[in-house]
Amino acid sequence: MSDTTHQTDVIIVGAGPVGLFAVFELGLLGLKSHLVDILDRVGGQCAELYPEKPIYDIPGIPVCTGQELTDQLMAQIAPFGPQFHLSEMAEELTKLDNGHWRLKTDVGTVLEAPVLVIAAGGGSFVPKKPHLPGIEDFEDGSVFYAVRQMEKFRDRDVLVAGGGDSALDWFIALQPIAKSIALVHHRDGFRAAPHSVEAMREIVATGKGQLHIAQMKGIEGDAPNLTGVQLESKETGAFTHACDMLLPFYGLTMKLGPVAEFGINLEQNLIPVDTEKFETNVPGIFAIGDINTYPGKLKLILSGFHEAALMSQAAFRLARPGERLRFQYTTSSSALQKKLGVR
Amino acid sequence: MKILVTDGHGVEHEVEATDGWTVMEMIRDAGLPIKAECGGSCVCATCHVLVDPDWFDKLPEKGEEEIDMLDLALEVFDNSRLSCQIEFEPSMDGLKVTLAPDAIM
Repeated sequence: MSDTTHQTDVIIVGAGPVGLFAVFELGLLGLKSHLVDILDRVGGQCAELYPEKPIYDIPGIPVCTGQELTDQLMAQIAPFGPQFHLSEMAEELTKLDNGHWRLKTDVGTVLEAPVLVIAAGGGSFVPKKPHLPGIEDFEDGSVFYAVRQMEKFRDRDVLVAGGGDSALDWFIALQPIAKSIALVHHRDGFRAAPHSVEAMREIVATGKGQLHIAQMKGIEGDAPNLTGVQLESKETGAFTHACDMLLPFYGLTMKLGPVAEFGINLEQNLIPVDTEKFETNVPGIFAIGDINTYPGKLKLILSGFHEAALMSQAAFRLARPGERLRFQYTTSSSALQKKLGVR
Repeated sequence: MKILVTDGHGVEHEVEATDGWTVMEMIRDAGLPIKAECGGSCVCATCHVLVDPDWFDKLPEKGEEEIDMLDLALEVFDNSRLSCQIEFEPSMDGLKVTLAPDAIM
């Protein structure tokens, strides 16, 4: 828990490409930014969904991967010293008497600024949850979507579900400390890295762990204490696998999350904005990138970049009332070049 | 040309089909509540559909990438497909699919 309150010019919710580029545009105008993101790294969808997939429609860059774009944006904004609060979810927003915003995250970080920018893309990345009736009642008791402390699983009967890297990595890592370990996956093939698949098969072959090629159908126990998971396989039909810990790993999905409670108008989970400032119906709160909507909106990274530039002009007027906004080009302005550290 | 799409309430919708479009694009364009979070890059599995058994074998087979990505779908059946990987062609006129629960917004 942190009890420090950070004062800044702009709070940006979301550290995807558009949130990152907003740091640049705000920085040119002399505004400092703090960014909050639920992921443990920057880049948003670019880093989480397609780090290795090519992007061909960034102006001036014929091709780059999601990770390369993220890395280049980080290099571009480095001179402005953005502060990142990663693995944190923007949770609670209040308006202060001086008109500034106070944003609290789920781990207790407090940020205060005259301007709030929502650049949250498709929303917060959260784990996909299996559709098993009543599973919510077991969450954080015996069903977990991440491993924070391995000790929690010592001497327990653990069932890991999924076929990707997270599933296999944790099956392998928890095997030595768990009382028993099993993996359930819908097919006898795995998208995880080949060396992980090999290590998993070795554990199964030597009888140190079990592999079920089956579907999960239900959970048993007295919530939040699990006693077993109902499985169904084509060969053996329905059966119950006894376990007291379940770790499903099916990747992430996007949910709007607490932003929906910020008091901003929403339209089908998108935030309507004007096209002059990209401001929401609440003065001082802006929305840029995939999360906003306006007539003609296109969900393209390049549109988000444009929105960031126009938003920054309005943010300056709020954060620096009484100061004149001087519009300059990086090519010719020695003041901007100083900010960029190239002069 | 058309495809028939059953939503999460069991209601069947007739969706206009266009040669060369993916099934996901046609479903999305028709305004049905399909997540398709990654927009068709085959990296999220949230455009998961169940293909009518009579149609399943008539479709081009799943590629390696689609088989891998289906591992991130929550409940996978023999007739599971990712709709962003099915490119419509005229022989698919009348194709029937059902939105899987993890694809519904």
